[in-house]
Amino acid sequence: MTTRSRFSARLDLENGRVDMSHGAGGRAMAQLIDELFKQALDNEWLSQGNDQALFSVPPGRLVMSTDAHVVSPLFFPGGDIGSLAVHGTINDVAMSGARPLHLAASFVLEEGFPLADLARIVASLAQAAREAGVAIVTGDTKVVERGKGDGVFITTTGIGVVPEGIAISGDRARPGDVILINGHIGDHGIAILSQRENLGFETVIQSDSAALHGLIADMIAAVPDIHCLRDPTRGGLATTLNELAQQSGVGMRIRETDIPVREAVSAACELLGLDPAYVANEGKLVAICPADRAETLLATMRAHPLGAQAAIIGEVVEDPLGFVQMQTRFGGERLLDWLAGEQLPRIC
Amino acid sequence: MKYIDEFRDQRLARQLAAAIAAEVDPARQYRLMEFCGGHTHAIFRYGVQQLMPPNLRFVHGPGCPVCVLPMARLDQAMAMTREHGVTLCTYGDLMRVPASGRQTLLKAKAAGADVRMIYSTQDVLRIARDEPERQVVFMAIGFETTTPPTAVAILQARAEGLKNLSFLCNHVLTPPALRAILSLAGPDGVRLDGILGPSHVSTVIGTRPYEFVPNQFGIPVVIAGFEPLDVMQSALMLVRQINDGRREVENQYSRAVGEVGNTRALELMARVFVTRPSFEWRGLGFLPESALALADDYADLDAERRFPVRVETSHEIKGCECPAILRGLKEPTECKLFGTVCTPDNPMGACMVSSEGACAAYWSHRTHMPSSGRN
Repeated sequence: MTTRSRFSARLDLENGRVDMSHGAGGRAMAQLIDELFKQALDNEWLSQGNDQALFSVPPGRLVMSTDAHVVSPLFFPGGDIGSLAVHGTINDVAMSGARPLHLAASFVLEEGFPLADLARIVASLAQAAREAGVAIVTGDTKVVERGKGDGVFITTTGIGVVPEGIAISGDRARPGDVILINGHIGDHGIAILSQRENLGFETVIQSDSAALHGLIADMIAAVPDIHCLRDPTRGGLATTLNELAQQSGVGMRIRETDIPVREAVSAACELLGLDPAYVANEGKLVAICPADRAETLLATMRAHPLGAQAAIIGEVVEDPLGFVQMQTRFGGERLLDWLAGEQLPRIC
Repeated sequence: MKYIDEFRDQRLARQLAAAIAAEVDPARQYRLMEFCGGHTHAIFRYGVQQLMPPNLRFVHGPGCPVCVLPMARLDQAMAMTREHGVTLCTYGDLMRVPASGRQTLLKAKAAGADVRMIYSTQDVLRIARDEPERQVVFMAIGFETTTPPTAVAILQARAEGLKNLSFLCNHVLTPPALRAILSLAGPDGVRLDGILGPSHVSTVIGTRPYEFVPNQFGIPVVIAGFEPLDVMQSALMLVRQINDGRREVENQYSRAVGEVGNTRALELMARVFVTRPSFEWRGLGFLPESALALADDYADLDAERRFPVRVETSHEIKGCECPAILRGLKEPTECKLFGTVCTPDNPMGACMVSSEGACAAYWSHRTHMPSSGRN
């Protein structure tokens, strides 16, 4: 005997489009969730079909973080909004030193959005979560009228557990500490810019979008006394260093020549009048640790695929005003200030 | 990076700095105006001033097209979106420039105006083609450097018969601005010993249009590239001219600039544009024959004629020293608003908006002196 499907015909994932009924709470929404989300994400919590996920947590302190993902274009070299929504929140959780446990994902879909694109995004989200070993255990779907969204917005919320003895926080940088980064900066921002329809310059730069919790676990195992971790996403490296300096009430001195930047990223930045230090990243972290542990931490980072190009880029110094100073490639010194507004390309 | 790193070589910078230090006469001052915002940016980004002897100072000029655009022109563009519902396209720099009443294009966009940031004139043509139901206006801005692409876009729009695209021309000319600054002699004027000439402009117009500077004003000019080593080498060339008592136009940027410029680009410009009898420059007032407008043959593509609006005369924000800064009379730090109410996050005057602007360059690339706090 076959079980009769609740739905008269399967969802047309090839040619169909999101319509208002997919967010209305009725049969169409149930079908979208069953035939797309549950199938792709498939885990014991989601399959229970409740409006919440029930699970037990290991001992330790809970960490929670949430992030709304709005990116244009939705698909870019090296990723898409689906994988980005997983990586972004896992990283925010992991920067506390936590092991990420579970994610929740909330989708805001625009009426008319092709179901085929949505299916691609959900598949990518599912794959990113599987690869990271972090299940998406609950979620939500809403549909907004055509013209009131930008295709797809995804908000993900993550929780994780910090093991005892780990105290990583943005206010723990101390004078004398060393500042490290796990690789080339600016890849994500330039990969996105290169895909903007009006800016198709020829480059093969891929986004660095990646979940960093595996790298962080190795780093913590080698150097439990890491003081600060932060992912330099929007606003780039410069903004992150300013945030940490401000939070800790210290200054920083970094060396431009030690900051890893791909040649293609430098070239694109030259062309557009941008500074790579302010360009977004999605698979990078800044780590600050005591000077005597820096070489160990660097070696550990370099031993991990996501830290192969890790580098020591500067030191924390005493400065209650919280300035970040940069020794330029040219031998001069200048402030690496907060980003004002957004970086806008120059006219000439 | 090939062709770029060569011009940022620290070793060569030290050699040039040493040469300048050895050749300057300690008994005299060398006040060198860099006309272009691109130079200002390079000087600050690479800390070039710090490598110079104390008696050689860079004076920042008006060479940032965003900074010299008067409020009235922005007011006019915004009125077009309001009164005629046009789609206004322009370059990113312009989005945050304060117009009357602290309004900006970014704020107008948030309030519902269809304002779009574009990267090239080709984007504008594409938007007009893709959205025939919209009236698209390209707010063209820039010195001679960005003028030829606008001319090409105008010719393309004509050739394609695009009926929904027009051009709000704000292209300005550098030689009249330089003349205006040098004519302000006496207490209102700035004393200059040399000029770093705008090289990108000269790739279009050549070096000849600057010959009036040594001939009429007795001040040497070096057409200088925008890389930090270009700026330093140009400073050295100016020091040598000053020391030798020579007054000439020299060309440091010979890898791209010739005496007569780009004749093809000049032809295109001459076909499409005419010189305006007078045009207002922020900080410099109305300057004769200092800007371009569409020629009568292209009147149908002229947004000013297609979408007439009335704009009240606007006033600069009280206390803003942009006018004096643009003329090289004051340094950004001499403005009371600088770094207090006027920062790149909240620009009051135009010099703080564009990264080419002297105030933004000062603020963004200032060095840290803990004793005085934020310097």
